Amino acid sequence: MRGKGKPTLAVWKFASCDGCQLSLLDCEDELLAVVGALQIANFVEASRAVAKGPYDLSLVEGSITTPHDAERIHTIRRASKFLVTIGACATAGGIQALRNFKDVREFTSIVYARPEYIETLNKSTPIADHVHVDFELRGCPIKKLQLLEVVSAFLNERKPNTPPHSVCLECKMRGTVCVMVAHGMPCLGPVTQAGCGAICPAYDRGCYGCYGPKETPNTKSLAALWSGLDVSEEDLVRTFRGFNAFAEAFRKEGDAHER
Amino acid sequence: MSGKIIKVDYLARVEGEGALHIKLQGDRVTDVQLRIFEPPRFFEAFLRGRRFSEAPDITARICGICPVAYQMSACHAMEDALGVKVDGPLRELRRLLYCGEWIESHSLHVYMLHAPDFLGYEDAIQMARDHREIVQRGLRLKKTGNEIMTLLGGREIHPVNVRVGGFYKIPPRHQFDALTEKLKWAREAALETVRWVAKMPIPQFERDYEFVALRHPNEYPFNEGRLVSNKGLDISVREYDQHFSEEHLAHSNALHSVLNQRGAYFVGPLARYSLNFDRLSPLAREAAEEAGLEPVCRNPFQSIIVRSVEILYACEEALRILDEFETPEKPALEVPPRVGTGYGCTEAPRGILYHRYRLDAQGVILDAKIVPPTSQNQKTIEDDLRDFIPARVALPPDELQRQCEQVVRNYDPCISCATHFLKLRLERE
Repeated sequence: MRGKGKPTLAVWKFASCDGCQLSLLDCEDELLAVVGALQIANFVEASRAVAKGPYDLSLVEGSITTPHDAERIHTIRRASKFLVTIGACATAGGIQALRNFKDVREFTSIVYARPEYIETLNKSTPIADHVHVDFELRGCPIKKLQLLEVVSAFLNERKPNTPPHSVCLECKMRGTVCVMVAHGMPCLGPVTQAGCGAICPAYDRGCYGCYGPKETPNTKSLAALWSGLDVSEEDLVRTFRGFNAFAEAFRKEGDAHER
Repeated sequence: MSGKIIKVDYLARVEGEGALHIKLQGDRVTDVQLRIFEPPRFFEAFLRGRRFSEAPDITARICGICPVAYQMSACHAMEDALGVKVDGPLRELRRLLYCGEWIESHSLHVYMLHAPDFLGYEDAIQMARDHREIVQRGLRLKKTGNEIMTLLGGREIHPVNVRVGGFYKIPPRHQFDALTEKLKWAREAALETVRWVAKMPIPQFERDYEFVALRHPNEYPFNEGRLVSNKGLDISVREYDQHFSEEHLAHSNALHSVLNQRGAYFVGPLARYSLNFDRLSPLAREAAEEAGLEPVCRNPFQSIIVRSVEILYACEEALRILDEFETPEKPALEVPPRVGTGYGCTEAPRGILYHRYRLDAQGVILDAKIVPPTSQNQKTIEDDLRDFIPARVALPPDELQRQCEQVVRNYDPCISCATHFLKLRLERE
């Protein structure tokens, strides 16, 4: 990676809202330092200048939803030394993975104004379903400081420091009183991976899981607790089918409550 | 005479993925296609069956650049359906949040995406080598917008604090006070921005557009108003569907929006400004005049100046709101569900964003319609190119291509938004 010149960074987009790659431009205080340390070789949202691969680090935003994109991700993988996915779309299929839960027959009966103009796959899938991924950065959207940490870690060939614990721990660190214990508010914090800084409980609402499941989440126990807070089965399905609906732990828990 | 093709496979410095295909026969443009190949994400389909209260968080994910616009249009549409009116200090705070998004989004476009076109750079990073202080000013201005969203929304991209009826929590007063000093700097920086962009080489190019924007009795429009145009349109938001319709064309994953019987129209800063010049603050009007703008602006290349004037206005409006700040009694109004259809239209940074929802008695969404600004401008962008190219066919191909891209970037197109309003009908047996 420390060959001639600066390491090269490429940013790629699949089905997504652009918010995660915007996080890079949102590093207002750090951006000029970042571009001093590496060469942005492909970042179409920011520049007309596009350099040929291979790239030292590729950041991939978005999920795979079209036949063309299912091919394109392989080309990108081949051109990238390290490939890091950024955000819930790229790591779990995103909110657009809600299509994955439609009955196939119902799905084919969906009618567009002119369906013959549209090419799309039945499922929205994460990048790791298609190619080897070196690291997955969570969040809808990702947190820009975590992004800087990941970029810096890969450029220095060390492991990124992104804590795997739950949002609960971040509430404790922030000094936020537990909204579920103290106020009876349904909260996904106990099963959701940390990283956001536990924003929602600090704003008097339960976590809605936009960072996806933490490792070994006890979703079943949490769902039982929610039922005790008068949350209906339908609402449990809606809750687990959010921005990380196709992440395995959330997918299974959502399915378990579907009638 | 030989034919010529201008092909831009990946349009740069736009949000989302698009391409441009132009066919020429001599100096005659035979075909223009702004292709949107951003994959469809079917928001309107999967909103069905979700609770009304989920719409602000879900629709925010249509666009990471203007999530507040989606949250605001969704809230207004839901409140319309449910018979709730958010007023007073809560309404003011919504305007404050929108100021944050305008400042952030416009600064991103003016400094990072658009200015490099006028000054001959590939990107703002290259531009920073020669104009480091200017780029730093742009980044700090953008950051000020983000700071409003971070305080009031919880975070800058996909804020968590917006709900139908108001907010989840109103941050304590002293935290707002900290924004005031930053915004005073931003107001000065915005004035300098207007002066800076006023000196840029602006191509001569005007067309007789139909501008469409919101118009409010006494405000420059963010959240509310009537939909008006310079050619006689004057309707309530509820009448939108009777006057506008959408066409699905083969080359695009987005629908083209047209005004019935009239065709293409223009939304966004130029339209807002030209229809609401008298609603700007005195300082913003003065700055516009000093920059050489008339009260009606028909040159889309001048949109960079208009956007800068709107940054200035948003800074001033944010300062006014902070100055008159009153803590709302409650962070949100009660919003009990009921059967209904609701309509909402607010001014996203790129122009009007229309939402319509039909709800059942439990407040579950039966169907949804979303029309983002970029899809409304798509036809106008293509028409601009048709007019723009003939006088410039003699330019070297690279230069002609660069200028054509600039024509597209005048609109700050957000292609991620534009694909998500693909019309879908779910047939259930």
